Amino acid sequence: MKFSTYLEQIMGVSIYPVISLVLFVAFFTGVIIWIFSIDKKEIEHLENLPLND
Amino acid sequence: MELERFTYDNKLPKLFAIATITWGAIGMLLGVLAAFQLAFPILNFSEYFPHLAFGRLRPVHTNAVIFAFVGNGIFTAVYYSIPRLLKTPMWSKKLGNIHFWGWQSIIVLGALSLLMGMTSGKEYAELEWPIDIMITLIWVVFGINMFGTILTRRERHLYVAIWFFIASWVTVAMLHIVNSMELPINLFKSYSWYAGVQDALVQWWYGHNAVAFFLTTPYLGLMYYFLPKAAERPIYSYKLSIIHFWSLIFLYIWAGPHHLLYTALPEWAQSLGTAFSIMLILPSWGGMLNGLFTLRGAWDKVREDPVLKFFVVAVTAYGMSTFEGPMMSLKNVNAISHYSDWTVAHVHIGALGWNGFLTFGMLYWLIPRLFNTPLHSRKMAGTHFWIGTLGIVLYAIPMYWSAFRSYFMMKAFTPEGQLQYQFMDMVQTIIPFYVLRALGGTIFLIGVVLMIINLWKTAKAGKFVAEEYGEAPALEKKYVSPKGSFWHSVVERKPIMLLVLSLLVVALGGLFELIPTFMVKSNIPTIASVKPYTPLELQGRDIYVREGCYNCHSQMIRPFRYEVARYGEYSKAGEFVYDHPFQWGSKRTGPDLARVGGKYPDSWHFNHMYDPTSMAPGSIMPSYPSLFEKKLDINTTNSKIHAMRKMGVPYAKGYEATANDDLKKQAEAITANLKNDKIEIPADREIIALIAYLQRLGRDIKVTAITAK
Repeated sequence: MKFSTYLEQIMGVSIYPVISLVLFVAFFTGVIIWIFSIDKKEIEHLENLPLND
Repeated sequence: MELERFTYDNKLPKLFAIATITWGAIGMLLGVLAAFQLAFPILNFSEYFPHLAFGRLRPVHTNAVIFAFVGNGIFTAVYYSIPRLLKTPMWSKKLGNIHFWGWQSIIVLGALSLLMGMTSGKEYAELEWPIDIMITLIWVVFGINMFGTILTRRERHLYVAIWFFIASWVTVAMLHIVNSMELPINLFKSYSWYAGVQDALVQWWYGHNAVAFFLTTPYLGLMYYFLPKAAERPIYSYKLSIIHFWSLIFLYIWAGPHHLLYTALPEWAQSLGTAFSIMLILPSWGGMLNGLFTLRGAWDKVREDPVLKFFVVAVTAYGMSTFEGPMMSLKNVNAISHYSDWTVAHVHIGALGWNGFLTFGMLYWLIPRLFNTPLHSRKMAGTHFWIGTLGIVLYAIPMYWSAFRSYFMMKAFTPEGQLQYQFMDMVQTIIPFYVLRALGGTIFLIGVVLMIINLWKTAKAGKFVAEEYGEAPALEKKYVSPKGSFWHSVVERKPIMLLVLSLLVVALGGLFELIPTFMVKSNIPTIASVKPYTPLELQGRDIYVREGCYNCHSQMIRPFRYEVARYGEYSKAGEFVYDHPFQWGSKRTGPDLARVGGKYPDSWHFNHMYDPTSMAPGSIMPSYPSLFEKKLDINTTNSKIHAMRKMGVPYAKGYEATANDDLKKQAEAITANLKNDKIEIPADREIIALIAYLQRLGRDIKVTAITAK
């Protein structure tokens, strides 16, 4: 079995970095929005987990 | 709610801690020996123990430090912290024991098999296929035990350290399986299923992320648990730790191609690797600052407490190497650092500083608690701290120096346009740096010995606490999340979803980089004159892999004037299509061999392998007298040719039957050639096969040039 080179060439390869950048920025923005929306009490509970065992 | 009582088991954390210390000391000792071998080749003991030559020893050192020392360090942290963070005992003691003893057997078998020359020839993934399967099974046992614990927890929220453990587990599983795809030809030997450029990309996607998801993310989990514990205050910013987690695992997986800059890897993949490496600075430094700022207002404690001292330097080393790494991923910087001692310095800032010091800090904190007694000597731990720091500095500086020195020497041309220095000139001038580096490593190891004494005495003075009691209410069955809570709160309460999401995030990078390189022909333009290896060359190649030649020799000429002038035409992707596994290497302690074929007569290689200094005065290469004694095992030829054809190498159908005839013919020809130079040797020795392979390297393209004329 040989699993390589099935396609002759890759069309518009420059789109790949762009897609990955867009994906990352979208994902990163999602995380940022979320962390600013977390309840303060919840954060306090979470960050004290290692200290309360 | 009614409180439930339960116990935390301390036996497994203790066992894993002992294993961490033991393998750490052994792994570092082997590193020191390997370092001295580079300065004093006599320490290869070639005539007595061919098993200890640098090419075999170095993989044992790297595997021991990564998978035995750091691996057991991870498990110590997991088995101690997860039950306490989730208010429940580990799910299964039995699985825990299987995990512990299974992992230690893998380490012992791995070390022995590597010393015996059983290797797949891919860095940090050298172990052969039966051990690869064992690793997979034990990793699954570990995963079941970890998830069993998480699913039976009494604390709804998963602390960020646990996220890091989960992501590490799933990513390492994915990397290990994809990179270990190999076709066995017998119990001790297999071929990588991928070839050439594709093998290189998969290997460095794995290799880079072994650093990321074995040496970094689980240790970040360790930092997020033990640093707040030791400082007795919560982490500086929990929000930052969430950003740290997601952006780090998203970005890390893409960065692998930065190990292949200026090679025959397609340009677009190289650029992706660089871009993501630069972006990595942000989450990495976010994590470093989060660690350091946790100590704000507590710096007086750092002055007193050796545990915090170790943590501070560890986190600083993390920051340094995660800044250095992206810089080395810039193509112009990589031109200097690649193949040089700079990379070696870089990984040791990480391994000695980040992994080493974080582990030491954890042990100094943990052992007194496991034995319910104060640390035997704080002063001694403080001395260890200073000795260790000095060791790191003494290790790294000579390596940086040597890297720049070799770069400037290798690229120097005379006004007439000739290369100014021979490779050997450069080797000679950096030997003193090798000595200094070995001394740095020795000093670091002395610190570890101090720690062993200190912890031993601590354990002796106290009494082991096998179990600790805890109590907490059970989780409510029907949980209603508070109003206004967002999607992520759902994710972090659902560990399986967290697992799947982490896998998705890390799989993206693989999909975007690996699939096009595999599927699209134009990424690896074929060259008509590149032909499969002859049976004798194939056997010789396996000896090259067995002896770990790739640890010191590259087979990849970059398109620079000073490389082309020294080694010949730069390497093309199409030249490696039959290379299972690829042997591009990552370090040039010796010169590149991509086009060594035909450069010297057979007799040169014969003498050089017997005593390198006879042909290359001043050489630090080990000698290989055993190759002149051992008969080549030609019983494997049949299955090797068969396996190669299965993977797409175009040997004619039924060639297996006659392959050994061709092999003998070629061996006779080389022996006859040697006889002309007054060298008598039977044609059935291993050295003949190795000469055949070396004389083939890079010849295919030379043929084209001649035909074109």
